[in-house]
Amino acid sequence: MFEYLFDAIRDGILAPVVAMVAPAGYESYTLYTLETLVKILAILIPLLLSVLYLTYAERRIIGLIQCRIGPNRVGFFGRRVWGLGQPIADAVKLLFKEIIIPTGANKRLFIIAPLLSVAPSLAAWAVVPFDDTLVLADINAGLLYILALTSLAVYGVIIAGWASNSKYAFLGAMRSAAQIVAYEIAMGFALVCVLIAAGSLNLGEIISSQSGSILHWFWLPLLPIFLVYFISGVAETNRAPFDVAEGESEIVAGFHVEYGGMAFSIFFMAEYANMILISVLTAVLFCGGWLSPFQGLPLIGAIPYISEPSILWLLIKTSVFLFLFLWFRATFPRYRYDQIMRLGWKVFLPITIVWIVVIAGMVVARVPPWFS
Amino acid sequence: MLENYLPILIFLVVGLGLGVVLFALGYFLGPHRPDSEKQSPYECGFEAFEDARMQFDVRYYLVAILFIIFDLEIAFFFPWAIALREIGMVGFWAMMLFLAVLVIGFIYEWRKGALEWE
Repeated sequence: MFEYLFDAIRDGILAPVVAMVAPAGYESYTLYTLETLVKILAILIPLLLSVLYLTYAERRIIGLIQCRIGPNRVGFFGRRVWGLGQPIADAVKLLFKEIIIPTGANKRLFIIAPLLSVAPSLAAWAVVPFDDTLVLADINAGLLYILALTSLAVYGVIIAGWASNSKYAFLGAMRSAAQIVAYEIAMGFALVCVLIAAGSLNLGEIISSQSGSILHWFWLPLLPIFLVYFISGVAETNRAPFDVAEGESEIVAGFHVEYGGMAFSIFFMAEYANMILISVLTAVLFCGGWLSPFQGLPLIGAIPYISEPSILWLLIKTSVFLFLFLWFRATFPRYRYDQIMRLGWKVFLPITIVWIVVIAGMVVARVPPWFS
Repeated sequence: MLENYLPILIFLVVGLGLGVVLFALGYFLGPHRPDSEKQSPYECGFEAFEDARMQFDVRYYLVAILFIIFDLEIAFFFPWAIALREIGMVGFWAMMLFLAVLVIGFIYEWRKGALEWE
């Protein structure tokens, strides 16, 4: 369905325009670049809308969990529509706020930091497969690329904390760096387990190697790793209960205490895009991505559409994990810093190392039904 | 094969561009009424004193070193993990030996108290 749409846009709109304006000899390059830009926008616009409405969903869901109503006033054209206008009003408000650059700050680094944090969190989406053909860059080192880009996130945090020249920002950056780095290790080893099980770095191939039924998905043979990966993902994005880097009640906002207006909302966007990315990755790596949970079942599996792979399954799974992010925030109190470090180094790291041995043994011994 | 990576490059540029555009929009649309109070570093109710680039706990540094070691190990594990089905038993046991050395180092760190945060 989407291929036809892209083809129609390319042949109907882009090709005539390129034929008119592009310099002779460069038509095919220009067309290719424009086509890629259209595809990037097709990923980016829904992603940014999801980020907007994730903030709304967060406030509504946590409100409901705490027996409050949450934002329900701002609507469109005089109608309230459950407060759905709230995130747009927030965005407009932030747009017209003053951006303050403190006198003691390193001006250049202060401006670069939010850009460094948002660019990787968006660019990581280039290799995420939404369907068995619907992927922007079908590279064979997809997972390596994701690991590399999610590692870059820490630079934005450290540079922001350092450049602000404020004690709270500095403390927040130190904590956040040590925490991200500690959980990066657990995450890396968890990814190694997935690689052993799938035998490929390409995200599409990782999904196809899980096909069969819900029991063939990697959450079952990699159960402890599944949990470790998702919890590390929560810690990696500095979300509650691992949010000591922001810690509103002790270091006010941590590394971005000096940022306001749009500069702050760029950090905010990066954090929420990362949350969605972690959720998609958990769905792709452990829960069969676009595969249907009813595939291979007796009765229900015979019904057309329900048992077929589709982008809708990926969206549903992602939403479930995103809901977990919000649920965690409403339920768990913030961890103490030493507890966070202990969980990362002394619990998750040993679990992942043990499971590398277990899963490698299972693959070498060709244990059915996953590795036969 | 490398042309598969071109969309990624474009995506990185678009991501960076989006950040720049948003920052510029905020910069030009927002007000500019600076004063010395507003531009001083944030403090809870008193004048900021001494530099914020203060000494910090050496354990943060230690964590960074441990991270480099383990992250390097992960880089070694990646190719092995993909090739495991082809290299069979020999490859499996070779890596287990490597892992054993890693685990001994890990136990040493643990016993030395490098992982303690009290």
